[in-house]
Amino acid sequence: MAELSFDLALSHPGFRLEARHAGDLPGITALFGPSGAGKSTLMRVIAGLERGAAGRVGFDGTVWQDSARRLFVPPQRRGVGMVFQDARLFGHLSVAGNLRYAERRARGVAPEIAADAVISALDLGPLLGRRPAQLSGGERQRVAIGRALLSRPRLMLMDEPLAALDLRRKAAILPYIARLPEAFGMPVLYVTHAIDEVARIAHDMIALKDGCVVAAGPVADVFARLDIDAGGSRFEAGVILEARVAALDARWQLMRLDLGGQTLVMPAAPVEPGAKVQLRVRARDVLLATRRPEGLSAQNVLEAELREVIEEPETAFAEIFLGVGAQPLRARVTRAAVAQLGLAPGQRVFAVLKAISFDRRVL
Amino acid sequence: MSLPDLAPLWLTLKLAAVTTLALLLIGTPLAWALARGRGRWKPVVEAVTALPLVLPPTVLGFYLLVFLSPNAPLGAAWRDVTGQSLTFTFTGLVVASCLYSLPFMVQPLQAGFEALGRAPLEAAATLRAGPWDAFFSVVVPQSARAYLTAIVLSFAHTIGEFGVVLMVGGNIPGQTKVISIAIYEHVETINYAEAHLLSAGMLVFSFLILLVVYSVNRRFPVHVG
Repeated sequence: MAELSFDLALSHPGFRLEARHAGDLPGITALFGPSGAGKSTLMRVIAGLERGAAGRVGFDGTVWQDSARRLFVPPQRRGVGMVFQDARLFGHLSVAGNLRYAERRARGVAPEIAADAVISALDLGPLLGRRPAQLSGGERQRVAIGRALLSRPRLMLMDEPLAALDLRRKAAILPYIARLPEAFGMPVLYVTHAIDEVARIAHDMIALKDGCVVAAGPVADVFARLDIDAGGSRFEAGVILEARVAALDARWQLMRLDLGGQTLVMPAAPVEPGAKVQLRVRARDVLLATRRPEGLSAQNVLEAELREVIEEPETAFAEIFLGVGAQPLRARVTRAAVAQLGLAPGQRVFAVLKAISFDRRVL
Repeated sequence: MSLPDLAPLWLTLKLAAVTTLALLLIGTPLAWALARGRGRWKPVVEAVTALPLVLPPTVLGFYLLVFLSPNAPLGAAWRDVTGQSLTFTFTGLVVASCLYSLPFMVQPLQAGFEALGRAPLEAAATLRAGPWDAFFSVVVPQSARAYLTAIVLSFAHTIGEFGVVLMVGGNIPGQTKVISIAIYEHVETINYAEAHLLSAGMLVFSFLILLVVYSVNRRFPVHVG
């Protein structure tokens, strides 16, 4: 597995990036944080587009830059493919011309990625004869992804490629991106401030805040530990649950998931039985009960073990950390409820979840 | 009525063509440096480049005459190497025209390069294109409109020059007697018929060139821009 390491400092007026990290890149790694956290700048440094950065960047046994040794490998020799937020297709070339541009400059680079495979994987066939100006935003990004793939990169960098798209188009492109690491055998680093995108496609994540790496690791772990401030407002604490689709219930349009032996019910989504899905559960959507409740409309009652209670002084609230089998769960309740129910670590409790509280886009 | 002497017309076209070609080679790197540069030297170079726009052609012609003459170090060095003088020759005219028309090549190109920005170059770099490759495969085609404007303006401006040519080149048939000077001479000798012919020819020719340029620009807005 390819390892990425960086230890960087870069100053722009009103902004300072001071990021350090070393770790493997399994499949898709999200570079996550609120706007202004330095995600895009960090990605540009990794690509070699920011010459002013001090420090070191290494990938898969190659040092890409080391200011102490005055070493700097320019972007065209790093073997990175980059998909920009604004696609940046070449307007003087057709779609086919844009793809050929990358293909021609990657001849002899291993492993081979065939144009036919890319065109069919991204459904670019009908677009080949068109000019970039004649494409929709979503089509443009698909072409940009295809073009980056055909340059046969060792590492694919994607800088908020879906930021300019509406929800429907976003949902249409995400599956293409999710398939990239497996289909073309390269790790992907994916910048985003959208939690649903992280939950949907990423395996690992690196969380940035104010120019610093604040957490890194598998998505579920990082989410369980972290209250991340996203987009100016307080990020809603929650966890990512991994579950397997057990059965579809066509009559009620529901889907049963297997969560370590317990059953979770959520609205049906277009996935096959047997598929693994990641669900984000917000702490505020979780109710707690000390006895198994009955006569509830909520479809999910999960047995859980109470691990930790953190009361927030000066507020009405407390954060409850639970374990459902091996997976973490969080609940946000009032401090009054903690006192009334006598909630304490080690206790057996029941977590109640409405089926509707799952974000269907998460799939 | 005898046929008019067409030699000045061909000489003018040749001078404009050679000058435009030379300016493409000089103006491209200069405009690129100005568009990309941020140093303290930039306003100085920009001011020097724009000087021919404001100076009376006679001032420019005067200094060129002084510096290019075989008595000056530059003119003497040129004569020693090539055996030719830079004043009152076609070569001298090309040098003078290049200086005189420089802003008409550099300014549209600089504006075009600046409008293009860094984005396409960064995209090219992440697609394994080195700086030279990216320049010719992305910058030049995407700046086609700027190049068209710069070429037409430089060519047309060189055709229309008079003062500098008169000072540096004089009036030697087949060498430096371009069309504007021929017309002036016809008017001086009260040969209005010949002056009319050459003037009307210039007028129609200039109009046709501009018409073609603007039509092309209109018909292929996407492909050229």
